[in-house]
Amino acid sequence: MSAKPTFSHEISNLMYKSHGNPTKSCIQCGTCAGTCPVAEYMDQTPRRLIGMINANLKEEVLASNTYWFCASCYHCTVRCPSQIDIAGVMYAVKRYSIWNKSYSEDLVGPAFSEAFVKIIARSGRSYEPILAPTYMFSMEPKEFVQEAFNATKMMLKGRIPVLPTRIKHIKNFQEMIRRIIPIGGES
Amino acid sequence: MKKYALFPGCSLEKMAASYYRSSVETTKKFGVELQELEDWNCCGATTYSYIDELLANTLVARNLALAEKEGLDFVAPCSACYKNAYFTNKYIKEDPDLWEHINYALEQDDLQFHGSIEVYHIIDIFAKEIGPEEIKAKVTNPLNGLKVAPYYGCQIVRPRKNGEEFENPQFFEEIIDAMGAEPVDFAERLRCCGASLIMTNRQAALEMVRVLLNNALNSGADVIATACPLCQVNLECYQTAVNEEFGTDFKMPVLYFTQIMGLALGLPRKQLGIGSELVSAAPIFSQVMVKEGK
Ligand code: SF4
Ligand code: SF4
Repeated sequence: MSAKPTFSHEISNLMYKSHGNPTKSCIQCGTCAGTCPVAEYMDQTPRRLIGMINANLKEEVLASNTYWFCASCYHCTVRCPSQIDIAGVMYAVKRYSIWNKSYSEDLVGPAFSEAFVKIIARSGRSYEPILAPTYMFSMEPKEFVQEAFNATKMMLKGRIPVLPTRIKHIKNFQEMIRRIIPIGGES
Repeated sequence: MKKYALFPGCSLEKMAASYYRSSVETTKKFGVELQELEDWNCCGATTYSYIDELLANTLVARNLALAEKEGLDFVAPCSACYKNAYFTNKYIKEDPDLWEHINYALEQDDLQFHGSIEVYHIIDIFAKEIGPEEIKAKVTNPLNGLKVAPYYGCQIVRPRKNGEEFENPQFFEEIIDAMGAEPVDFAERLRCCGASLIMTNRQAALEMVRVLLNNALNSGADVIATACPLCQVNLECYQTAVNEEFGTDFKMPVLYFTQIMGLALGLPRKQLGIGSELVSAAPIFSQVMVKEGK
């Protein structure tokens, strides 16, 4: 007769145990927010997001752009006086939002990640040109132009692969992935 | 000759082919052979972890198992690949359940993880395995007067691997010094380049790149040395975008540290993949009279 886990427990459960300390020991010192190079673009600072997780403010946490704007730079993680792996927490919330499809619609990050993983499962390697359209079409026109401009310039310099490289035994590879997560498709 | 399994990762195939070449050519000068890992798969950068941690670890473990099969230690020139490989190697060894589950999946691909190899970043090979003294001894073309900004970025030093220094590391400076060049005091050398935010949050990433370029310029650098393809692409290929966005006029060359090392070792530019930059590195060549060897 176990009680339903709280949101902060769910997030802790999404963190692989080797990461150690989830969020409970946060003393709200703000070191993470002061360190974070992306903080000014986030709607909640890392400190506030950790506080919100501990207060089980699930809706507010998921609606925030903070965890998708985290660049995984680990600067906060190494400085936290309570040894909280804040970057790891951001990953956990990302996973939570992907599996629950509860991220905010206007973000590019989740679409990008899902497209990326689909390509890996298919060919074993990342392949930028296939991936490009899936995220480029969700950009502002100005951004889109910049992206295309860069890609073309890099292509001219021979810096983007023309064909995806496949791993040798793609069937085995896909069977391996199937033992971890359902990826669909025939076997 | 010490041999390592080189894990190129996706970016080194084309985007950062010059990093690949210059890594192979420069290590060769020290009797180190980098042999490309057979049949490797993408390590997922940060994205597998956005989906599932077990998946992320399994895909990385496959590469480790491939290197084990060849009996070689694992070297990655990309900082994100390195971080993933380093921690997967560590986590599996610490957790028998994880080990079992991953081997259960790897079995499908006729592979097993045994935990018998070490994981290095290419900069470790120069900083620790070869060492500044030996580099100095092999330098035929000391880069006197060249001011180099050592850009560590994130994942070489963070998260911490073994309690090593993360607020004030010096190994990059020592390598630059060993080349005869001058490491400048680059205050933001540990700050993030924005990584994949360049695709997912352009605005934030361009600002992060701007801060770094500005700091490198103010520190008097002629060139930024990087040790990661993602950092290199963000700092170099998006300079035009930064200039457009902020009305700046950056023309800062950004080279892989292995390319600069190659110049100091007297290797021809072509062998180091120099010439495919989007921001010309020509100014540094007129400044340092590079005697190119054969
Ligand atoms: S640095 Fe650590 S303890 Fe301080 S606010 Fe951030 S998470 Fe909490
Ligand atoms: S890991 Fe994320 S939250 Fe932490 S400092 Fe870096 S960008 Fe900010």
